[in-house]
Parts: sequence; C-alpha cells; structure tokens
Amino acid sequence: MSNPSSNKYLIFLGCAIPYRVSSYEISSRKILAKLGVELVEMPEFNCCGLPLDPVSHETMLILAARNLALAEQQGLNILTLCPGCAGTLKKVNKILKEDKALKEKINTHLKEAGMEFKGTIETKHLLQLLKEDVGYDKIKASVTNPLTNLKVAEHNGCHILRPKEYIGFDDPEDPQTLKALIEATGATCLDYIDETECCGAPSVGVSDKVALQLAKDKLNHIKQVDAQALITICPFCHIMYDTNELRIEKMFNETYGIPILHYPQLLGLAMGIKPEELAFNELRVNPSKIINQVTQGAK
Amino acid sequence: MTEAAPTPTTKGQEPIKASELDPKFKYELQKIHGSEKILKCFQCGTCTSDCPIARYSDSYRPRTLIHMAQLGLKDRVLKSDTLWLCAACFTCTDRCPQDVEVASVIRVFRNLAVENGCMPQVFKDQIAAVLDSGYAYKIPDLRIKKRESQGLPPLPKGNPESVKKTLKGVKLIDNVQKPAGETLNVQPQQQ
Repeated sequence: MSNPSSNKYLIFLGCAIPYRVSSYEISSRKILAKLGVELVEMPEFNCCGLPLDPVSHETMLILAARNLALAEQQGLNILTLCPGCAGTLKKVNKILKEDKALKEKINTHLKEAGMEFKGTIETKHLLQLLKEDVGYDKIKASVTNPLTNLKVAEHNGCHILRPKEYIGFDDPEDPQTLKALIEATGATCLDYIDETECCGAPSVGVSDKVALQLAKDKLNHIKQVDAQALITICPFCHIMYDTNELRIEKMFNETYGIPILHYPQLLGLAMGIKPEELAFNELRVNPSKIINQVTQGAK
Repeated sequence: MTEAAPTPTTKGQEPIKASELDPKFKYELQKIHGSEKILKCFQCGTCTSDCPIARYSDSYRPRTLIHMAQLGLKDRVLKSDTLWLCAACFTCTDRCPQDVEVASVIRVFRNLAVENGCMPQVFKDQIAAVLDSGYAYKIPDLRIKKRESQGLPPLPKGNPESVKKTLKGVKLIDNVQKPAGETLNVQPQQQ
C-alpha cells in the first residue's frame, strides 16, 4: 500500500449504492467507524466507467482515470464498497501505469479539465481493506455478540474475484476472504454448489429469463444446505437476489424466504450495533427471523 | 444437445458465402486493446462450457463468436444481438488455457458493434446520465434528501462540466450528443 496512512480512505460510493442500495452504505459506515477506519468524502467523482466499457473502452478508461486523478490530488487511497468500481479502478490504474503511450493519450483528455493521472494511489474494496488493513484479529476482537448459532452462505460475486490478474487478493476458484470474515462474527459459513458463479444481474434487461434462472439455481443451492441467510458484498448481487427473490419464487413456484444481508450488516449485529441502525428495514426479504434469533441470543 | 446442433447465431440465416468473409477482420482485432490474442484461440470450448450465461441461453456461445471472427464473419458477429448477453463475469478470461482474455474480446465486439450503429437503449441512458450528473443513473431527489434522515453525509455533487471536458473528442460521446440516429434496441429475448 502506498502513502499515506492505511486507515484513512477516500470513499468512492459509485452510482448503484446511492441510487438503490443505501442499506449497504449505512451499515458499512457503521462498522468502519467502529473499526477506526477514517473515511473522507470524495467530491466531484464520476461513474467508475465500468457500465460504459461495453460501448466504449476509451470512455471507460477516461472516466476511471479522472477518478484516480481526483484521489491523487488529495493524496489518499480509494475505498469502494462496489466490486465493479474497485475492479475497474484497479485495472485502469495498472494498465495506465504499464502502458506509457496509453497513459499519455488518456492524459491529453484529462488535461482538458486541468487534471493528470500519475499512478500514485491505490484502490481497495471493503473486503480487501477488512482483510489486509484491519485484519481478522481486530475484527474478531470487535465482536461482542458472537453469532454462534447462525448458519449462512456467502456470495462473493464476480468482480471481487476476476480477472485474477487485476484483483488478485483471493483465489477465484476457491475464495476464502469472505468466508473468514463471516466466521470472524462467530457464524458458520456453509459451502454449496457453484459458490463462485455469477448472480446474473448484468443480464437483466437483456434477457431477464437467463438472469433469473441463474439466480434461481443459486437460491436452490443455498436452500439445499439450509442457510439462514445469504451474505453479499456487492450492490448489484444484492439487488439481484433481494429484489428478485419473491419474483423468482412466484415465477418458478419455489419457496425460499432467505434474507439477503450485506456483510457489514452481519458484522454490525456481531458488534452489538442495534439492528435499527443497520438499515435492515430497507431489505425486501424480511430478515426479522434471524434478527430475533441473534438479539435474543445476546440477552 | 449435440455440439453440431445449430445455434441461433447461425440458425435461420443464409449459408455462408465466401464473398461475405472479411479475411482482414482478425488482423484488425489483433491491433485492438483487449482482442490482441484472438488468433491464439484453438477452439477448445472452455469459455462456452464454463459460461454461466451459455448454460441458460441457447444462443450465446463465446467460442462460436470467436470462431466466426477468426473466419472473417465480421457482419454476423457485430450484428448478433447475443453479444449483449455476456455478463462480463470474466470466468472465461480466467480459465482460458490460451490466455485469450475472452471477455475482453467480447467487449471489443460490442464496441465495434456500437461504432456500426448498434447500441442497446440502456447504454444511451447511462451515457446521458453521466454527461448530466457524473453518475451513471439519474439519482432521484428523494433519495438524495433521504440521506440526511438516514444519518448519511450529503451525496457528493458531480462535476459534469469537467467530465464532459475530459470526454471531448471521444467518438461515441460526440455521436450520442447528436440527435437520435439509428440505434438497435435490444429486446429481452423470449427463450
């Protein structure tokens, strides 16, 4: 990690979280405050670029580089809650640092707005920050209400794992970070079939049927192992499951009743933060069953 | 389904004529960032067999698209609406034994399709939102106001003017800012 201190970050919210998934932001800020990670707001940031990569790679590179240049001006590393944003900023940072000609080309664009990409900062996703900067020991020490009787499943999502060349802090074929972070809360993390499979969210709107079938199979596999909740760390994966679970139940004549929690909500409960402070009321699939179990266990 | 079964990529289309092949297409692709290694593909099929979308779609086959491109079927590749089904999960990229970066090749096909006038509406909306606010979605005022009652800091204001300046001269952006031209609206597929 480059300069300066590793517990002070510019928080890059991206677009999906302020647009639709504030529960993730609320719960993340709560746990990070408890863990002593200082967040600095990032004014004037723009879309990370990823959504426009399919239509214009050049646009993606410029948008990402502009964000990196903004952070460089402040001399702070970036923290993202969205794996898509993290992956894009990491990838573009690496590409531009390695390809001088491309860097020059992108910098002629940034120059139009009086900016320059130098390659002096780094980006981390929440998961990587928790693993590398905070550490499992400190997280375990912050747990006052271990979730001992809770059995959950994890869904990493794609962009926190792949492409390995750019993300690289976990094994895409057998990821361990999120599992270890879940176990740190005292909960059990169950294995299930096709854990590393895509949630399908990017195909929504192009082929809803394909997307929902992917999500349905995931939910079936999670149900098979009797998980009480699914833990996510991506706003898109969360939307995909939380928003569509009822729809999938109706469409395919299934019953799940599996609440979809952001990891910070799970850790927050284990830290003894009150459920009403962790934005559980924003979830579509009712989580009250496990919240009752957890809070009664605390008494 | 056997390997020989026709996919909708070719189904219902005229047989291939030698005259529609563009033998230079593959060399064009070799020069584009992301598809440089397309000629290393030896059609093993790892990408398609590991593709979560291919599992549920009977039309999206990354291997087929790459093969078509290698053969020079440029128009058929770029006009194929199955291109837009890729979820960019990068499983194919990570598992390709030839290091072809399959997901990036698909992205290059999409970029070229857009240059040829095919762009699903959703992307037009996102470009408009980025140019308007810096964000990829139009975030409702209610959401922005609600943040305070949720104990969240105010949403950082974007700087669309600065964003527009940096995007000056990007062909796609210039085109989008023109009045509506010919675009392809990809409809959800009925499968």
